[in-house]
Amino acid sequence: MRQHHDMGGEPAGAVEKTEHDYAPWEKRVDALMVLLSDRERNLMKVDELRKNIEAIGPDAYHKMSYYERWITSITSTLLQRGAITSDELATKIADIERREKAGLL
Amino acid sequence: MSPARFQPGDRVRVRQADVPGHLRTPWYIRGHAGEIERICGFFANPEELAFNRHGLPKRALYRVRFAQKQVWPDYQGPATDTIDVEIYEHWLDKA
Amino acid sequence: MSTHTHHDHDHDHDHHDHSHPTEPDIDGPLSYHQKLEIAVRELMIEKGILSADEVRRTVEAMDARSPAGGAKVVARAWADPAYKQLLMTDPSKALPQAGVEVGLYKLVVVENTESVHNLVVCTLCSCYPRAILGLPPDWYKSRAYRSRAVREPRKVMAEFGLEIPADIAVRVHDSTADMRYLVLPKRPKGTEGWSEEKLASIVTRDTMIGVAEARIP
Repeated sequence: MRQHHDMGGEPAGAVEKTEHDYAPWEKRVDALMVLLSDRERNLMKVDELRKNIEAIGPDAYHKMSYYERWITSITSTLLQRGAITSDELATKIADIERREKAGLL
Repeated sequence: MSPARFQPGDRVRVRQADVPGHLRTPWYIRGHAGEIERICGFFANPEELAFNRHGLPKRALYRVRFAQKQVWPDYQGPATDTIDVEIYEHWLDKA
Repeated sequence: MSTHTHHDHDHDHDHHDHSHPTEPDIDGPLSYHQKLEIAVRELMIEKGILSADEVRRTVEAMDARSPAGGAKVVARAWADPAYKQLLMTDPSKALPQAGVEVGLYKLVVVENTESVHNLVVCTLCSCYPRAILGLPPDWYKSRAYRSRAVREPRKVMAEFGLEIPADIAVRVHDSTADMRYLVLPKRPKGTEGWSEEKLASIVTRDTMIGVAEARIP
């Protein structure tokens, strides 16, 4: 069975020559990947990043933008590695949402 | 680490395997025959690295050249058009 | 983009991003993924795995990479046959000579000639020679390009305005593993005697991916 990310040769429309300047948050996602996968930290291999991107379901995969897939995958990888726990993540997200409501972000 | 099984110029066929996991052999090239263009080097298996395992022993990675007209039944272009794909040794058999 | 502040001492220097004219200010609420980015970054900083400074420096290093690096290398190869030979056989030696970073992956330089035109794609994800060219354009990572570049490369190139005659073979490279590809475009006629700097000025990113040919403007 062909996996959905394995799209060589599949029918598709015209190539839209879109370009966009990457938003700061997107560049930071890229930076996180570079740092976490470096030899010193070794918290992620590029192969794990790819595998976890591929694990995103087909609908979600195609709806998400490139760096949205990356941050989803980075988070999954860190959870799998035990570098973060799901409690820590949940607490942190709640904290971010609280700070956002309070106008602190 | 064993030496490379294939040399540039050898005819090889990509295995028609269908298994889950993180695979770097594209679906469209499986089952097709081509020619070894070069040995790219020896690398750990990405299918294992994807699960944070070591992927050893390193195995040869090849660049394999295929004729587009043989890969795609409806290919619209000259017979000289080709596609090069990097394939790990464990996905290749002698053609 | 709204400024993100931290409750710890390391301030993420978002305020300096306002000096970048290209990035729009998004005043809307944070998206799910933007929150994930903040969450992961802050957790990693809190655990001492990385610092805000390292993130900032990594972004700056990324911003400093652009197709100009690749253009420099191509121009030198055009001007100097010995350099071209080195570039084709051992890019890891050739790139530093031109002051260009080697990067983590093995680079393969593929030359456009009178009989071959090269096109690069990564169908499985979007591998790209970032160390030399910077970040890839959206279209290179798009479903349409990844799907069609391998199957109908001439049609895809035509959509970019590039028609390759039938007596020139099109050679597609699917970057499926640990190699990264750089196309060495053909040097256009009429550029004899040009300085390397002038030559580099006509080497665009798209010529090094293979969807364009270098032209005299």
